[in-house]
Amino acid sequence: MSDEEDDLILSELPDEELVPQMHDDLYDGMDEEIVEGVNILLARGWTPYKVLTEALVDGMTIVGNDFRDGILFVPEVLLAAKAMKAGMAILKPLLAETGAPRMGRMVIGTVKGDIHDIGQNLVTMMMEGAGFEVKNIGINNDADAYIDALAEFDADILGMSALLTTTMPYMKTVIDTLVEQGKRDDYIVMIGGAPLNEEFGTAIGADAYCDDAAVAVEMAKELIARRHNQATA
Amino acid sequence: MNTPDDAQLTDHANTLTDGGKVLMLACGALAREILALIRLNGWDHVTLHCLPAILHARPERIAPAVEAALAERAAGFDKVLVVYADCGTGGELQRLCDRLGVQMVPGPHCYAFFDGLQAFADRDEVTAFYLTDFLTRQFDAFVWQTLGLDRHPELLPEYFGNYDRLVYLAQTDDAALRDKARECADRLGLRFEHRFTGYGDLAGVLEGAANSTG
Repeated sequence: MSDEEDDLILSELPDEELVPQMHDDLYDGMDEEIVEGVNILLARGWTPYKVLTEALVDGMTIVGNDFRDGILFVPEVLLAAKAMKAGMAILKPLLAETGAPRMGRMVIGTVKGDIHDIGQNLVTMMMEGAGFEVKNIGINNDADAYIDALAEFDADILGMSALLTTTMPYMKTVIDTLVEQGKRDDYIVMIGGAPLNEEFGTAIGADAYCDDAAVAVEMAKELIARRHNQATA
Repeated sequence: MNTPDDAQLTDHANTLTDGGKVLMLACGALAREILALIRLNGWDHVTLHCLPAILHARPERIAPAVEAALAERAAGFDKVLVVYADCGTGGELQRLCDRLGVQMVPGPHCYAFFDGLQAFADRDEVTAFYLTDFLTRQFDAFVWQTLGLDRHPELLPEYFGNYDRLVYLAQTDDAALRDKARECADRLGLRFEHRFTGYGDLAGVLEGAANSTG
């Protein structure tokens, strides 16, 4: 950051300059500035949902695009995510009070034998930012853990994540178990993780393979909309 | 030929022996071990070509790099062995090798074949982070800097919060390397475990390929 930027006083910026500045701050992983910006916009009468979507989610989308394009790397994305999380901590209780749009409900977790949760934590945050309610059940989940959580949370979507070649086949076990129990059609199944690809997703019977968190959000929106259309057809 | 230093093996491709009959196309992180076996067994007919070890950090680039190297170098050899395991390619490398009709090392990664595939699977150490001799020597380049921990140590819990131990799979009995691996565990906030593996299953796989031709 330059000295000039260091001297920026966020509260003196008009909305049309403050929001792009927050995108920059998010990009740079500056959590204190994000918290300050969120509070300023709320104090100016912005709804929590508008702050979330225009200041945070739009900023995080820029981060996601630059990660996809090889401009940013994992450490920078994690710092940006921490900053967004700090902003969301203020907004989350307010969103519940003010009735933000509800897109659907998702259970997400890493599969049995896999403890790598960076990706699913990013997906959780972006899905929440897009209006989904997400129950993140953490790491190392067997089929029963997923299926119990789906029922308990009354979920629409199951998200499974794996980083390891050795653990990704377990996703098929979970899907097969859903089939055996006659529950497969109750849920949209989305999968993601570094060694996975579209072909693998198709082979194991998932509804969607998601290359990154932004794709996960778009796929979830599309599949939920398709489901609603089918239900009303 | 002398073994190049680790920095050279990390960032560059290197042809280390030129026997002309059997091509071993390998990860640079395995160069020392393979060279040691070539010398020990007198495999003068083996050509060893290593790809940059840093591909370890970008598994999606391994299969394309192997394919390009094979296209450039494999012609004329009686036997080709790709000395990579799956290494995070999600089966992509196996599919490539099947398509090209060449052999590769079985198993998920070098940790498993050093430890022994069956032993590694049986241990089921979900919460262990592994280092080999090479990765211990190159810890800063492959782990600390790649993950941005040199610039942002506050990210340590994000990366390693779910691990509980660092297992040093030692190919050699080297007290200095053991101390360095212990120091790596301390830096990551993980319990340290030393496990001498030697070359594990690697020796048998290389021997099979080397002896498959005269």
